[in-house]
Amino acid sequence: MQIAVGSGKGGTGKTTISTSLVLSAGTDVQYLDCDVEEPNGHIFLKPELTFSETIVVTVPKLDESRCTACGKCRDICAYNAIAQFGKTVMIFPEMCHSCLGCFRVCEEDALIEDTREIGLLESGMAGPIHFVHGRVRIGEAMGVPLLKAVKQKAEPGKLTIIDAPPGTSCSFVESINDADYVILVTEPTPFGLHDLKLAVTVLKNFNIPGGVIINRSDLGDDGVLRYCESENIPVLLEIPFQRAIAEGYARGINLVETVPELRTIFSDMLTQIAFEVTK
Amino acid sequence: MEQKIKEVLILSGKGGTGKTSIVGSFAHLADNKILVDCDVDASDLHLLLSPRPTETHDFKSGVKARVEADKCSGCGMCAELCQFDSIVMEETAVISAFKCEGCGVCAHFCPDEAIVLEENHCGSWYIADTAYGPLVHAQLFAGEENSGKLVSHIKKQARQLAESTNTNLILIDGAPGIGCPVIASLSNVDLVVVVTEPTLSGKHDLDRILDLTEHFKTPALVCINKWDLHPEMSDIIEASCKERGADLLGRIPFDPKVIACQIQGVPVTASDTSLAGYSIRDIWKKLKEKL
Repeated sequence: MQIAVGSGKGGTGKTTISTSLVLSAGTDVQYLDCDVEEPNGHIFLKPELTFSETIVVTVPKLDESRCTACGKCRDICAYNAIAQFGKTVMIFPEMCHSCLGCFRVCEEDALIEDTREIGLLESGMAGPIHFVHGRVRIGEAMGVPLLKAVKQKAEPGKLTIIDAPPGTSCSFVESINDADYVILVTEPTPFGLHDLKLAVTVLKNFNIPGGVIINRSDLGDDGVLRYCESENIPVLLEIPFQRAIAEGYARGINLVETVPELRTIFSDMLTQIAFEVTK
Repeated sequence: MEQKIKEVLILSGKGGTGKTSIVGSFAHLADNKILVDCDVDASDLHLLLSPRPTETHDFKSGVKARVEADKCSGCGMCAELCQFDSIVMEETAVISAFKCEGCGVCAHFCPDEAIVLEENHCGSWYIADTAYGPLVHAQLFAGEENSGKLVSHIKKQARQLAESTNTNLILIDGAPGIGCPVIASLSNVDLVVVVTEPTLSGKHDLDRILDLTEHFKTPALVCINKWDLHPEMSDIIEASCKERGADLLGRIPFDPKVIACQIQGVPVTASDTSLAGYSIRDIWKKLKEKL
């Protein structure tokens, strides 16, 4: 079973909830941090990282001795990664999406396969938890190939918890599109509600069941609750603001370590979700 | 002599540190400026500024491939060529619009000419009036991948608006993270203000966003929001910023009034009794001097 934790709005508590879930799940569980721009799960799970791999994508490099400046590679490139001025062909590898179209249209074998580094994949164990995350290279705009690599590093047959990035654009969708269930973490504020609605739209488009956790549930209004009720979205848990939780979080101490009673609540939540997903 | 337009961008790395609340307050405090919300997939600034749209436009970018089933012989060549796993073979080829990145390779090589490339309508953008000046904002449709292009587009619109109205300040609310929309929002920016929080996650993400602003050689200043939730961590962050040459603009205390104002839909500096509001006023004063 794969459960993704998302939010729409950033900073609502995705990492808090996803790490709490893996820490409450017993064994045979893995945590995939798909927020490859700003991964934070390692701060709370403190894994021993024993594996690392640089993730690259294929980009073209010009062999000037072979190029006849026919313009075919420039014409097929949809991303303006190849430009041609007169007889001079220029390649901008950072614009390339690695569709390989240019290699296929070049009749002179004038393009050589080169690579662009997307970021670093790391994995290891945090106690019984199999841990994987990616760290996108500073300045790299396309994190999705790294995110896909993180998902591929998952071990089969384990309960998988995915910590998704904020927002609702392509990297969020890539994080949740194979999930059996999505937990959306929000806060009871107009910002939280607005972005929750966007995330719910994505779940509906992909027909993935989901529920909501309201974090800092006493700092705001009842807009989120009323929305969930009207849309028939289950509210799985409400967590009131507590200074002890915030202070623990600040120091990298997980919610279930600060409030151990929540372990049972999270493990029951997992059982309930499993029941719902398989029924 | 014409004055140069200054662009100030508010970023955070980590989401939810308070970017939008602070930009809303700056909007309230600054004279004569254009506002831009570059968080195009979860934009919230409009919720504080009650905009009245004056212009609404479709945003189209790139293409999506579609199979014309009656022409497709089911040969499977497109599925083999596609690098984005967006084509599966049933009786004919079936393309997932979400996975398609619009490269057009499938259409180029299809022996049946059964694949058409259609312009991709992936969002909307708006120019609106607010009590604090014009706002340029946008909404990317859920799951779309052109956030960087939409950000570049609305920034260009804002710049044109600033030029035509003789406005010399553009205040920009950025997206979380360090990826595509953030990189796009950084172009032409004179000064970045990074909003962080006193947590290990906040510090970790602050380091990454400062790496990014350094990478693009854009000066950055830092403010610590909710600093009193962990004073010790705030000191650590302040020291680490100093060490890498990013000045601290100020600290903002944890203040439930920020949420109360958000619920009312007004910037927190509009409240006379908010401690956070006072601190943001101070920060704005300092920021103005830096400009």
